[in-house]
Amino acid sequence: MKNKLLVFGATVLAIALGVGIRAYAAPAGAGTPSEVTVKIDNFSFSPASITVPVGTTVRWTNADDIPHTVVSDDKSFKSKALDTDEQFTYTFTKPGT
Amino acid sequence: MKETKHGKPGEIEVADQILHDHNHDGIDRRGFLKCMAWAGTGAFCVIKGGVLSSYSLGRISEFEKHAATGELTFVQISDSHMGFDKAANPDVVSTFKAAVDKINALPAPPAFILHTGDISHLSKPEEFDTVDQLLKAASAKDVFFVPGEHDVLNDDGKQYLERYGKATQGAGWYSFDNKGVHFVGLVNVMNLKAGGLGSLGVEQLEWLEKDVKHLSKSTPIVVFAHIPLWSVYPEWGWGTDDSGQALSYLKRFGSVTVLNGHIHQTMQKVEGNITFHTASSTAFPQPKPGQGPSPGPLKVPADQLRALLGITDVNFVQGRHALGLTDSDLV
Repeated sequence: MKNKLLVFGATVLAIALGVGIRAYAAPAGAGTPSEVTVKIDNFSFSPASITVPVGTTVRWTNADDIPHTVVSDDKSFKSKALDTDEQFTYTFTKPGT
Repeated sequence: MKETKHGKPGEIEVADQILHDHNHDGIDRRGFLKCMAWAGTGAFCVIKGGVLSSYSLGRISEFEKHAATGELTFVQISDSHMGFDKAANPDVVSTFKAAVDKINALPAPPAFILHTGDISHLSKPEEFDTVDQLLKAASAKDVFFVPGEHDVLNDDGKQYLERYGKATQGAGWYSFDNKGVHFVGLVNVMNLKAGGLGSLGVEQLEWLEKDVKHLSKSTPIVVFAHIPLWSVYPEWGWGTDDSGQALSYLKRFGSVTVLNGHIHQTMQKVEGNITFHTASSTAFPQPKPGQGPSPGPLKVPADQLRALLGITDVNFVQGRHALGLTDSDLV
């Protein structure tokens, strides 16, 4: 059973585009949790959608000249304003989309 | 200052025509929905007969010729983004100083300055300090602010309110009167909606309704806020989701002017008795709506940059009519 978790990035300047992240329950002993990177470029996320096992840390990097904020759709987490090249990480501990 | 018709990215398109409404009955001016834009080093506003006209400060000689004087003149500056240091303008201090120089070069000092937000780039104390310091050199001593989204980062606007919100309501909205003109500063950057659209919120809307209720319909109204209160380009968040409600409270007035920033370019629209203006940034230009992959800072050749930045100057002349005419002679 998967819960819904949508992760949205609200740019500070003017626009919000979403990156869909689906975390699935990893089987026991599936290995070390890994890290996935998402780039913010031209006011959008790249890749725009990812699927990761629970326990994965997602790292967002702002490649724009304008600060952006990463905010989850349900407001369960929110980054501070990320200036150019600044990063934000969040570890997904629950299954969801 | 160079202007180019149907320009390449980085050049401002000059509108083919300016909308005039020379009816003095104030009756039917609906249907004037065409947008226009002009290049500017900012804008100087003149109110004559309750009507606000906006002039580019890069054309001081022209608006002297047009006798742009009245009971009240003021200047709008916007989007100083102090702290920004990227390629689109590595020296926002210099361009801000240039804006102050333009203000000081006006034939007479304006009554005050309106700053329509994005004072800072990252809400850092030193960024606000720098702007405050640079403004001390301006001929006009009174400065009225509204916040941009860059001024309320990370703390829900607490610092902004401590610095600029002493005599304001809620997130920093307020009104004041000067020479018979009612000015209303609104805050639409606190709860950005999906897509980055601005939002005023119920509390502020109720306050606005009460604030203008007692005014006679001949009172000229000037509303200023950071994000445009009209739908410039919602795909880039260039609009305010509940602005229609706010504007409905202003429909009965003969002359309403809305001054905004945020989009780093000058635009004007007339709708009924409401005239909308957006101001240039003093820091960096942004692309025209929809032109380019995103609304990020527009990189232009250094020798063109200052032609795309600016200030707005407003002049009010008490007159017989209090009608929302727009009569800009800039292009």
